[in-house]
Amino acid sequence: MLAQFGFGVLIVTFLLALFSVGAAIFGYYSKSDRWVESARRALQLTFPLICLSAFSLIYMLATGHFEVEYVYSVISRDMPLYLKVTALWGGQAGSLVFWSWLMSAFATAVTMRKWERDREFLPWVVVVTAITLAFFLSLIIFFENPFARLWQTLNGDVAPHMFAPSGAILFTPSNGNGLNELLRHPGMVFHPPMLYLGFVAFVIPFAFAIAALVTGRTDDRWIRLTRRWTLVAWVFLSIGLVLGMRWAYDVLGWGGYWGWDPVEIAALMPWLAGTPFLHSVMIQEKRGMLKQWNMLLIILTYSLVIFGTFLTRSGVLSSVHAFAQSAIGPMFFIFIGLTFIISLSLLIYRWSDLRAEVEMKSLLSREALFLLNNLLFFGILIVCFLGVIFPMISEIFTGQKITVGPPFYQRATGPLWGALLALMGVAPLSAWGYSTLKTIGRAAWKPAIPTLLVPVVLFVLNVRNWIALLGFTLVAFVIFITIYEYWRGVRARRKTQGEDYLTALFRLTARNRRRYGGYIIHIAMVVMAVGIIGIEVFQTQTQQTLAVGQEMQISGYTLRYDSLAQFPYSDGRQVTRAVLSVFKNGKLLGELHPRYDLYPDGQPMTIPAIRSTLGDDLYVVLVNWENVSVKQTPFKVYHNPLVNWLWIGSGIFMLGYLVAAWPVKEAIGEE
Amino acid sequence: MLPSSNNGIRSRAKFIIGGLLILAAVIYLIFSSTKANAEYFMTVDELNAKSDSMVGRSLRISGAVVGSTIQFNPDTHNLTFVIANVPGNNAAIEAQGGLAKVLHDAVVDPTRRRLSVTYNGPKPDLMRDEAQAIITGHLGEDGVFYADELLLKCPTKYEQAVPSQVTGN
Repeated sequence: MLAQFGFGVLIVTFLLALFSVGAAIFGYYSKSDRWVESARRALQLTFPLICLSAFSLIYMLATGHFEVEYVYSVISRDMPLYLKVTALWGGQAGSLVFWSWLMSAFATAVTMRKWERDREFLPWVVVVTAITLAFFLSLIIFFENPFARLWQTLNGDVAPHMFAPSGAILFTPSNGNGLNELLRHPGMVFHPPMLYLGFVAFVIPFAFAIAALVTGRTDDRWIRLTRRWTLVAWVFLSIGLVLGMRWAYDVLGWGGYWGWDPVEIAALMPWLAGTPFLHSVMIQEKRGMLKQWNMLLIILTYSLVIFGTFLTRSGVLSSVHAFAQSAIGPMFFIFIGLTFIISLSLLIYRWSDLRAEVEMKSLLSREALFLLNNLLFFGILIVCFLGVIFPMISEIFTGQKITVGPPFYQRATGPLWGALLALMGVAPLSAWGYSTLKTIGRAAWKPAIPTLLVPVVLFVLNVRNWIALLGFTLVAFVIFITIYEYWRGVRARRKTQGEDYLTALFRLTARNRRRYGGYIIHIAMVVMAVGIIGIEVFQTQTQQTLAVGQEMQISGYTLRYDSLAQFPYSDGRQVTRAVLSVFKNGKLLGELHPRYDLYPDGQPMTIPAIRSTLGDDLYVVLVNWENVSVKQTPFKVYHNPLVNWLWIGSGIFMLGYLVAAWPVKEAIGEE
Repeated sequence: MLPSSNNGIRSRAKFIIGGLLILAAVIYLIFSSTKANAEYFMTVDELNAKSDSMVGRSLRISGAVVGSTIQFNPDTHNLTFVIANVPGNNAAIEAQGGLAKVLHDAVVDPTRRRLSVTYNGPKPDLMRDEAQAIITGHLGEDGVFYADELLLKCPTKYEQAVPSQVTGN
């Protein structure tokens, strides 16, 4: 019953979304507020409806309704409840439901606001969000139905159908296939929803941008209205990316956090368009420039969000993530193509309205440096995009599929990331409108002095890698300049207001949250850069086979192999676990327990043991093979310097976000 | 702002030159990195047809792992196995009944063209019979493929149209 109910509700929701689109367009052109109001209410009604549908699916997942094919394919009896529930996004059909659910929730939230002053935007915000929602619902209803059940015909064939084929009876397997063991991890609870929250929230600023284009109200109102949405989307996307890195680092056992896998890049690309957008909207608010560019960026972000969902969900690319192949690929392609062309046509139609109010004059002015930041992000985006579609392009032009691997991305984006780091330091020092090398130099010389000590100290400490020397110098530059900026602000307040240091710091930040929160986020970024430089430049690894009692060395550490244990675990997996003692300079630091688990269905899983400090990580993998024995155990050991700063940086990032986004009483993102 | 005379043109020229420089830098980075890191994506059959011209080039080959040929030496971390030819594009794979079936057919069909692969490193978790191997490396003069990177996919472990345990019950 629940399956039919869930599916039926989805169909009603789909029809409501379509009605909402039609009513909003009709209401706009016939200037009928009642039709627009009706469209808005229809859209708001989709949310409780999708809740019903999603809860039905979650209930069936939690209680193991194995006659439902989706439930059968993603859960099994031995999975803990939290993983059964989160299996909602464990497979393609369910994650489309989840996407629609979020879309509907955000669309409802945004249409609930008071619209008095912005009444003309409303119908088009409704249209864009409802079309997006309807697209995803149509994929579920026509292509990937999570409510389809298994039916057995008289000759014994079992196949999934929504409605009973004639003469068939319902088939209920006694247990499900279960989620791939690699996905049975707490990471599964947070990583996909965070990414999706980020993806879907970017639809809202896009909807307002389209509304601004259609209605011709192309001032910065749409940007001010969606400032908060953009920030929220960007932060969730960032957190989702970092969580994915952490999950890969903890579980996959390849010693790193980022593999330039096409699906990773697919999730990174909306971030690469959204980050410059987040920056350049400030230029439009403050200076009335870059209007066309902002439109282009948000259109790109939206298309890349859909493209990202498509890449992760269609299986067009070979990737560790591409665990679903299906017929929805062409549908995505058509949808992205259509929305992109329509949005772009609108932008061209309004092109002259979006001309800058002020001309950019000085190459070193704040706005010019923001533009440079935009271009650098855009460059990285182009590199990533080309890399992902390179196989397709080369096949079309040369008949030969040519792919590019991680070295391509590292080499092509490395200098651009470096330039962004440098820019993060310089930009806060330049003035709006007009700056010269002299004015920037006057502001920069004090923080530049301690900065220059960094490469000298590192050189004395025997660091000879020029990438690292340059990278750490830039990191130090950003940190010193940011501290200096805070210091200048605090000192000024102390002088004029007579406040003590702490009060001054607090009030300074509270007065200009976006600016000082942004600075904290910059610090977070460079702290993360420390971790990335550390692991990218200084990672070392070794592979050795040891017998119990033997030792191995890596980067000043000694690892002694103490014992090996093999035992069954309660959920049926066979665990093989080694114990190693870690020594440095003859002093015992602790024990490490790398292991590999063999699941009853033959899926092995390698769990690395990690000893993590602020200075470095020791990352030990028990290399799995059937004939591991006390006499012969192969280990792979990585030494990952500084990688912990990557995670520490993401903590600082959250702090910066809270500072930037904490609700302020007098103006809640309105003015 | 009034469209100003000389000054305006000069400042615009500055920006255009600056923009072109960045564009040139990005294009240079892309081209030089592509040249250095391009990998030819081929099937086993295609590699066989052009094997002479492909020796030493950076290649990416996809094929089905033949389980009985997997050998791993835990002392040297040397992994050798044989892959059988599978079609290179998704459309062909779908037309032949989906990835799982294509991989299975490739492994059980002795007439399929095969390729020996050698790889140094830990044995990946998904390395097993009828997995799809995507290997990156180069072809040696001896006709053996020397892989630097190994990516594996087991379609049966993830989603499938009709659960295999259910069919034929």
